[in-house]
Amino acid sequence: MSTSITGHSVTDDLPGPDGRSPHDGDRAGTGRLGDRLFGGAATGSGLVVVALVTLVGLFLVMQAVPSLLNNNANFLTSTEWVPSGSEPRFGIAALLWATVVTSVIAMVIAVPLGVAVALFITQYAPAWLAKPAATTVDLLAAVPSIVYGFWGLTIAGQFIDPVTGFLQRTLGWIPFFGDAGFSGRSTLFFAGMILAIMILPIITAISREVFAQVPVAHKEGALALGATQWEMIRTAVLPFGKPGVISGAMLGLGRALGETLAVMILLSTLNPTASWSWSVFNGGETFASKIALNAGEFDSPQKTGAYIAAGLVLFILTFLVNAVARIVIERRKAFSE
Amino acid sequence: MRISQLAGAALLGSLALAGCGSDNTSGTASTAEASASESATKVECFSGTVNAEGSSAQKNAIEEAIASYGEACADAKLNYNPTGSGAGIKQFIAGQVDFAGSDSALKTEGKDGAQSEAAQAEAFCGAPAWNIPMVTGPIAIAFNVKGIDKLVLTPAVAADIFSGKITSWDDAAIAALNKDAKLPATPIKVFFRSDESGTTENFTKYLKAAAAENWTADPAKKWTGAGEGKEKSAGVSEGVKSTDGGITYVEWSYAKDNKLGVASIDNGGGAVELTGEAVGKAVAAATQVGQGNDLALKLDYATKEAGAYPILLVTYEIVCSKNKDAEKGKNIKAFLSHFASSDVQKGLEEIGYAPLPSEVQTKVVASIDALS
Repeated sequence: MSTSITGHSVTDDLPGPDGRSPHDGDRAGTGRLGDRLFGGAATGSGLVVVALVTLVGLFLVMQAVPSLLNNNANFLTSTEWVPSGSEPRFGIAALLWATVVTSVIAMVIAVPLGVAVALFITQYAPAWLAKPAATTVDLLAAVPSIVYGFWGLTIAGQFIDPVTGFLQRTLGWIPFFGDAGFSGRSTLFFAGMILAIMILPIITAISREVFAQVPVAHKEGALALGATQWEMIRTAVLPFGKPGVISGAMLGLGRALGETLAVMILLSTLNPTASWSWSVFNGGETFASKIALNAGEFDSPQKTGAYIAAGLVLFILTFLVNAVARIVIERRKAFSE
Repeated sequence: MRISQLAGAALLGSLALAGCGSDNTSGTASTAEASASESATKVECFSGTVNAEGSSAQKNAIEEAIASYGEACADAKLNYNPTGSGAGIKQFIAGQVDFAGSDSALKTEGKDGAQSEAAQAEAFCGAPAWNIPMVTGPIAIAFNVKGIDKLVLTPAVAADIFSGKITSWDDAAIAALNKDAKLPATPIKVFFRSDESGTTENFTKYLKAAAAENWTADPAKKWTGAGEGKEKSAGVSEGVKSTDGGITYVEWSYAKDNKLGVASIDNGGGAVELTGEAVGKAVAAATQVGQGNDLALKLDYATKEAGAYPILLVTYEIVCSKNKDAEKGKNIKAFLSHFASSDVQKGLEEIGYAPLPSEVQTKVVASIDALS
């Protein structure tokens, strides 16, 4: 498939006579004022973003380091959280677990669902339905997260107990599904489900965009070779859209990791004497919800620093997730032609 | 709910005026009389802005006081930001707000090597800062058990419930205190405040003081017992409301609004139901630990006085005894005088607080008069 109607061909990748790709300009400026202003503004915007991220990271590190030096517990593996006093002991293991578990549950639900919705809108739905359906899904993104939290707590939460009960009875022998004694709507599992609804529009919107761009020649080629609708989607649409789906999923994951209010309202926190449980039907606190919950009582630099250190871990985690997504997309590109 | 109350009050007021008007031909005179009789104590007005921040436990009370003050004085602008006691004190010391609301008095001992709150406040004011008790908020032990609407608890049994030692409602210890009740075998689900809270601190202070053998952890803003944590008072009361067998400690107003059962407390002097009067008795029994006009109180949680409800928190307004800006000082004084007046204090009971008992109120008024 080296040439196609959409215009990407082998010759496009061959360097021109002076070693540049034929699609690049020669970058010669016209020297006009507008040209220079726009070029400057664009470069400036790029630099500002980089500077902003660097400064946020720097701020977090500077605030966190003094507290971390005072810490008497292992910051990465301890589940204790006593950030103030003469012998502060705090660690992020429990926070990391809750954050990752809720996000993973959200992804497990939202990615297949989002891809399916996008496929329906772009491949199956009649034209009169596709537009309204797309708009409806996009509307989900406009709902403030606190509304999701309350909706989950007061309405959706009423119906979750039978589901969690069923899972606990049938899969309870796996530690992940053990009963931890929490009501259904205050568990990591349910918080993950609500997060899934919240990240669904992002994943759907981006998947939809890439699926809509699948070259007609690919699709018709597949159909002409005798593929059914589903086979066409599997062989033409999905491979073409994969990088888009991955980046949509990563954007969604970023939101799920950092979501604060809805999680804070839903999740029951654990009491300090609670023993460690692997169950998704346990309560807990994510990085963001713990910081938000306690932000009113940062009364000493030591304590503030401990929370900022937790924030720093979330920052790094999100950064890593995005970096991995970039690498995956780049690799896909390299192998897809 | 408050809107409807206000509307009701306005309606009654206008009916009363209409009634007066028919008797008395001079309508304006009757209006003046009516408004004079409505506010028995004279309200001193100012024009300007006073900003305060702090404890969310006194939010409803201070908002009520601000509303009634605003009715009398249209030019006065008062803001209260209920961000939490710690945040309020921090803002006060930084000079961002004019006074702070806090559910514990300024700490006189430093923490993590920092200067003590009291010293920092004094440094900022240039004069000692005073803790003025203004609102007493009873903490209810609120429960939701099918078929049970009355419950008596002793501090020891309460401590065992909240530390997870008693796990079922039909436990012998509870049954011994509630002989008439048919207690079900429902498991007890304890809900606690997941945020750091003065309510938690005061409740654990009570448990520690009244049942030291059963409650061994040191009182703190962060919960040290059993159960599952929910965000803020709204979260725990919602948790209990939707869970059969749930129990929590929460400000009285939340227990009332959510129609939860409220346990009577037996400290040793007989079971005491939670009422404004019973709380007032406990406040009156408190000893003053502040010097002179600084009215920081030490509550006697273990009090065995008959008819005194012992679980409560007192929220203070923390003010500079001498304000650098004399005008501002006058404004703060005017508002606090209004807040401490009997009319306002009496009105607080409807929204889940208890009025200051008269002996404490007299001291509070004297302190406010000494502000400048």
